[in-house]
Amino acid sequence: MDYVKLINCMRCGMCLPSCPTYKETFLETASPRGRVALVRKVQEGELDQSERLLEYLSLCLDCQACASACPCGVNAGELVAEFTCERKESLGLGFMEELVLRRLVPHPDRLEGSMTPLRAYQKTGLQKLVRKLGVLKMFPKKLERMEGLLPELPARPLRQEIMEVTPAAGTERGTVGFFLGCVMSLIFSEASRATINLLSSLGYRVITPRSQVCCGAPNMLGGDLEGLKEAARTNIDIFAGYDLDFIVTDCGGCGAELKKYGHHLPGDPAAEAFGAKVRDIAQVLALHSGDLAPRLQPVDLKVTYHDPCHIAHCQGIRREPRELLRLVPGLTYAELAEADSCCGSAGTYNIARPGMSDRILHRKLANIAASGAEVLVTGNPGCLLQLRKGLADHLPHVRIMHLTELLARSAGLA
Amino acid sequence: MQQSFINELRNIVGEQYTLADRESLAVYGYDSTPELESLPGAVVLPGSGEEVARIMALCHGAGVSVTPRGSGTNLSGGSLSVNSGVVVQTSRLNRIVEIDEENLTATVEPGVITSALHREVESRGLFYPPDPGSMNISTMGGNVAENSGGLRGLKYGVTADYVMGLETVLADGTVLRSGGKVVKDVAGYSLNPLLVSSEGTLGFFTGITVKLIPRPRSKVTMLAHFPALQDAALAVSAIIAAKVIPATLEILDRVTIRCVEEYAHVGLPLDVDAVLLIEVDGHPAVTAEEALAVEEICKRYRSSFFQTAATADEALKLATARRTALSALARLKPTTILEDATVPRSCIAPMLQVIQAAAAKHNVTIGTFGHAGDGNLHPTCLTDERDQDEIKRAHAAFEEIFDAAIAMGGTITGEHGVGIAKKKYLPRLVGESGIRVMRGIKNAFDPKGILNPGKVF
Ligand SMILES: Cc1cc2nc3c(=O)[nH]c(=O)nc-3n(C[C@H](O)[C@H](O)[C@H](O)COP(=O)(O)OP(=O)(O)OC[C@H]3O[C@@H](n4cnc5c(N)ncnc54)[C@H](O)[C@@H]3O)c2cc1C
Repeated sequence: MDYVKLINCMRCGMCLPSCPTYKETFLETASPRGRVALVRKVQEGELDQSERLLEYLSLCLDCQACASACPCGVNAGELVAEFTCERKESLGLGFMEELVLRRLVPHPDRLEGSMTPLRAYQKTGLQKLVRKLGVLKMFPKKLERMEGLLPELPARPLRQEIMEVTPAAGTERGTVGFFLGCVMSLIFSEASRATINLLSSLGYRVITPRSQVCCGAPNMLGGDLEGLKEAARTNIDIFAGYDLDFIVTDCGGCGAELKKYGHHLPGDPAAEAFGAKVRDIAQVLALHSGDLAPRLQPVDLKVTYHDPCHIAHCQGIRREPRELLRLVPGLTYAELAEADSCCGSAGTYNIARPGMSDRILHRKLANIAASGAEVLVTGNPGCLLQLRKGLADHLPHVRIMHLTELLARSAGLA
Repeated sequence: MQQSFINELRNIVGEQYTLADRESLAVYGYDSTPELESLPGAVVLPGSGEEVARIMALCHGAGVSVTPRGSGTNLSGGSLSVNSGVVVQTSRLNRIVEIDEENLTATVEPGVITSALHREVESRGLFYPPDPGSMNISTMGGNVAENSGGLRGLKYGVTADYVMGLETVLADGTVLRSGGKVVKDVAGYSLNPLLVSSEGTLGFFTGITVKLIPRPRSKVTMLAHFPALQDAALAVSAIIAAKVIPATLEILDRVTIRCVEEYAHVGLPLDVDAVLLIEVDGHPAVTAEEALAVEEICKRYRSSFFQTAATADEALKLATARRTALSALARLKPTTILEDATVPRSCIAPMLQVIQAAAAKHNVTIGTFGHAGDGNLHPTCLTDERDQDEIKRAHAAFEEIFDAAIAMGGTITGEHGVGIAKKKYLPRLVGESGIRVMRGIKNAFDPKGILNPGKVF
């Protein structure tokens, strides 16, 4: 951990109003300023890595809203994540982490295989029965929550279905690589299909290498830096085999991680080059809004947009998705209050810290209700999972869509 | 702190809102003041004014000190407990109690965030002008206790100009009500002005009633570059002399301009000595006329570039340079010492020269920006707390700056308060008699000395 990064915090408190957990608790220990101070005091030897200290730090969502608010460029979320990762790394991977992070996540086939029983569980009606009987109540709370988050799974993951090369529709403008996020492929495959269709319709040849692996974000979370670097090297090699204008993703979380490959592999020019080519889908579509606009058919809906942390705070993308939505004729756009405040999903946070996650989710839902929107649009699978469930439970009249699903529908591509 | 005492605090505010673990105490040992740290014995977050009164009575009985804390953004060490006492954080007291549109007042609890009040009153066509740079997080209680100013101070004044009524818990836990919704009130001593800027040393505010005014209907934003500092200062004086009182009249000096340009690339030239950001507001007919007058004056004083924003977006762009000043400076070095020496506005140019000379003499980097219109400057020293020699030189430079401010008929602090940080300088400004009178007032309010000890003097 770089000590200067810690002392760069001048404790001005500008981050406090942006922090979802501070807004809920008003506690300095639950604020970015407080977290930086705690980590700093550990580094300085004034505090031990006590259970309580780790508990305080674990309340951080790593949403990085604080980084957007910080005048001095301190990223408290990232600092806490780094601290936690380094600590976990020094302890070594546990049995479960080893199993999941090293043997499952980096191997798309195994990952997809692991979903088969779930799909069967849903398809055979077992899910309905289990839910009805409340059998899950007998299992650990975490399992029940995980089960509840899952929407109906597509028959097959997109990775297995999509062609490696999707030709440009009409005159070819260029070639892009498509980075298919694990969750997008496994759960929100329709949205990623829409993404590919939009890219192709705008004249891009879209290459989706089948051998690509998970971006490595789960490894970072689990304290497995080596695994993350391994994933980065694999993906860099795979995409280096093509001549690409951009590497596009429609998963905010993947995008944020992919853009940091250069940072993870310092001194590696290929990693630097890879990171520089990564774009969120909204960035690419917004480049061609002039071409896109005339193809859009009216969508008579009131729509609002939730900024995923990984898109707004980690990548600084806020303008493009809104501009794209405003292109759609007939669509009424209503800005969401606290649009760039976390929804409480935050990786595995909604499983690990259900209480705080729910409080943050409910604040988000109240803002969505106040916007009067019929459709909530967003751009990250974590948010899609969390908010889909939240809306179904509390605001069933509001639908949720990925940005590209809505645009593809308006463009007659879905 | 004794467990039995902590238990008594717990009985008042509840388990969840009583903090005494090492980790919590560690993060209530600082506020936004550089270099200062001092751990409290306990921290409580009361949920009502009544709980505040009970905490105060308890501490009074036990002889334990109480330090009020809003968001801990003050720049003078005011919210730190110097003798392991109880820090009382007001964040839960965050209700806007009433907006009275007939009497044009707002009554709030002390933990209300300044910009939350702005949003609420502006949605009703009303206006609460004080807008400290920290308004998105500072609390109303903190603003009153520090008499905070802001960018609109020149035309609209500071927090003190808006405080009409206060509900204050005194050191022994009894409650004092001063002022109210009346515009005129000469019954007895005026207590509000005493309590405003008392930095938590005279009483604990639990209710605050402020004056509101109608929201100005229009605003014109302008930006002017000046190759010579002297010309910028002359333009400032000439604008006021022309009987135009801009809402905002802000200046950036050469060091700040360079930093802003490097960081935000807003198109500032690197060869000018000063940039002025000027905003006039009010009736559209008046603002249009005033904007023309401002333009004419800036050009007369050899402004090399002048721009009037045509749209709200453009206005935001012009204001970017000023808004990013602190960020741009703060990024350069780990430690940022932000001061607020204030002089009569006619002394802006000599004061800027004093600052530049002091920085050069002591070999430190100081960028200055601030409220040129009201003489309140923010010389900001960029340093590194690990370099003790440089820190020493920075303080030596500031000592010269403060002495110069006093000599020009100014003050050592225009809005950040004395707290711990400027104790040393207060006697130089107010003299022995000033300190004696202030001590007398402190004694009258708090004979046991339990309210925020160690501050001001
Ligand atoms: C980036 C930045 C920009 C700033 N810009 C400005 C500016 O433009 N203008 C300006 O004036 N200041 C500015 N400040 C300073 C600071 O924000 C103000 O002093 C603000 O009023 C402090 O509010 P707070 O809620 O953080 O109070 P705190 O820092 O928590 O407390 C400040 C003082 O008020 C006392 N206090 C708090 N609540 C109460 C209460 N209920 N009753 C009695 N005493 C109480 C405390 O004991 C302490 O002495 C800035 C600070 C930062 C970090």
